[in-house]
Amino acid sequence: MTSDLVLGKITTDNMKMIFVKDRAFTAIFLIFLFLVPSFIFSQAGIEVVVDLEILAPTEINAFDTPNDAGENITVTWETPEDPSGIIVGYEIFKSENKETGFTMVSFVGKGTGEFKNRTQDKVVYYYKVRAKTEDCKFSPFSEISEGVVSRPQLFHTGRINVLVAVVVFLCLLMFFVSTARKGKSLFIRRIAGLDALDEAVGRATEMGKPILYVPGLSSMSDVATIASINILGPVAKKVAEYESMVLVPCADPIVMTVAHQVVKESFLEAGRPDAFNEDMVFFLTDSQFGFVAAVDGIMVREKPATNLFLGMFWAESLILAETGNMTGAIQIAGTDAVSQLPFFVTACDYTIIGEELYAASAYLSKIPVLVGSLKAQDIGKAFLIIVIFAMFILSIVNTGFFLAIATRNTFLSRIIEFFQGLFNV
Amino acid sequence: MKERKGLIIGSVIMIAIFVLMFIKGEPSKSIMVWIAAILTLSIYSFLYKDNVFYKFAEHLFVGVSVGYSVSVVWQNAFIRRVFDPLFITRTYIVNDKFSLYLFLGIVIPTLLGLLMLSIFTKKQAWLIRIPIAFVVGSYAGMGIAPSFQANIFEQTRSTLYVTLSISASIMIVGVISTLVYFFFSKEHKGLLGKTANLGIWFIMIAFGASFGYTVMARISLLIGRMQFLLHDWLGVIK
Repeated sequence: MTSDLVLGKITTDNMKMIFVKDRAFTAIFLIFLFLVPSFIFSQAGIEVVVDLEILAPTEINAFDTPNDAGENITVTWETPEDPSGIIVGYEIFKSENKETGFTMVSFVGKGTGEFKNRTQDKVVYYYKVRAKTEDCKFSPFSEISEGVVSRPQLFHTGRINVLVAVVVFLCLLMFFVSTARKGKSLFIRRIAGLDALDEAVGRATEMGKPILYVPGLSSMSDVATIASINILGPVAKKVAEYESMVLVPCADPIVMTVAHQVVKESFLEAGRPDAFNEDMVFFLTDSQFGFVAAVDGIMVREKPATNLFLGMFWAESLILAETGNMTGAIQIAGTDAVSQLPFFVTACDYTIIGEELYAASAYLSKIPVLVGSLKAQDIGKAFLIIVIFAMFILSIVNTGFFLAIATRNTFLSRIIEFFQGLFNV
Repeated sequence: MKERKGLIIGSVIMIAIFVLMFIKGEPSKSIMVWIAAILTLSIYSFLYKDNVFYKFAEHLFVGVSVGYSVSVVWQNAFIRRVFDPLFITRTYIVNDKFSLYLFLGIVIPTLLGLLMLSIFTKKQAWLIRIPIAFVVGSYAGMGIAPSFQANIFEQTRSTLYVTLSISASIMIVGVISTLVYFFFSKEHKGLLGKTANLGIWFIMIAFGASFGYTVMARISLLIGRMQFLLHDWLGVIK
């Protein structure tokens, strides 16, 4: 048989023998090839190599993250000493049971001793941490933290300064409102852009052309939009008195609804409800450049005598103002978007800059609440001017002391620290 | 005469572009690129004057964007926040128990939204004031604390890092004089007027810098469009 095999003469019997032998060999080979190494590797995977040279993280502390809306727990720990610099980070484990069920939730880099974990409110969580080295060894686990529950906080304690400012502002507001209501005249300085509104509306009336009022492209959540809607009221009232027409294209459906109501009521106040046309206030699109294309079309086709761009604007400001300028309309623009104001200054006849926009509604309507609010804001500004100026002077004086006697003046330093603390510097 | 001249110049430019395209270029074979290019040129034609191409592009732009917005609002607002939670996922049923709190959380905003539609009726149109009052009031109220924080405290905080240097001194003078300009309770005369004038100078210098910076960004946008027309569409430049 051997000779047959050697000679390559394979008979049927020979073949059976070879298969029998081969099957046994294959089976044994497979065992060695797959089972043994897989056993070894699986063991290696399960058994964590603990490096006893690395100390476990200590002083683990888990607590509900303060001043948040809940669903968050902060875990802190003391990082162990690592003179050889082999620690690459820390693994954080979490469980709802103190004894078992810990699963890894995150890995943070070395030098970090804090981790914020997203959780579910009203559930008790336990945490433990271990260090990981470059060669995938681990320190022993830290102690397990105390059970902690996440919950939302009603008040952000870091915003006490805002609360104080709001309360002070409200007190000032109430004082000035009551003063205005008693009939005492509260002075507001002349604002050129707003003085021109009368002229602009009159011009449109004389020319028999409409006034275009764009209340910006933002939503009602924007202060500039709210200010713009406040200005729209007096403007629409003047339009109604002069028996002219106003076009108010809107990019936001809610702004459109509000603007519609404001214009309607202004016409009613002016005693001209019949002159109000439902189509005066209309929605175009909320697409920024789609809106611009449409308003440009209106400016070129309807040729309004006056364009008012008051509210929040972005990149479209120059396109609108340039087209309006091209049509020869008198243009008054106002926004608190600092990056867009230069374009309005360049292309419009009058520009209402930043806070003048907020002041505009009080200036035009002279309503006690609005005038009072403006006065309260001025007091706030005066306070800030005094604080900044005083801080600057005190710093110069304090540095002068420092240069003169080589030590800082404690009293002045304390005053500076007080104001810095007030503004969380 | 002026219009005819512009029309002739425009036509010559267009013919030159097409000649260049057929001689030297490799025009795009994508229909989408052709549509985008034609619409771009239609919008640019407004630089000459209002015309039928611009009107077409404008109406298409507005129509498509409104249609898209309606579909997004329908899907993301109505279906996802009203229809699904009420009828499909029933998020107000927790552990087989009806939660009135969660149910009202869906129903009340929906009703407020529906009140917006009262504008289409004559007798009940006044109902629209309820959602408007809610929206304006809540937005204004919610805006108070962030406005104080962002516009007053944060900015004052940055200014209060007083270091004795020339730039810090200029900044403080700028901040104070600009604040004085926005002081409305007193006539800008005398020292106050001079300080306010200085403030306006600071404001205008800042606007000038901002203007230049933004114009640079706009020119890069124009270059991008030219790149699209000459490279992606006509293949004249590589």
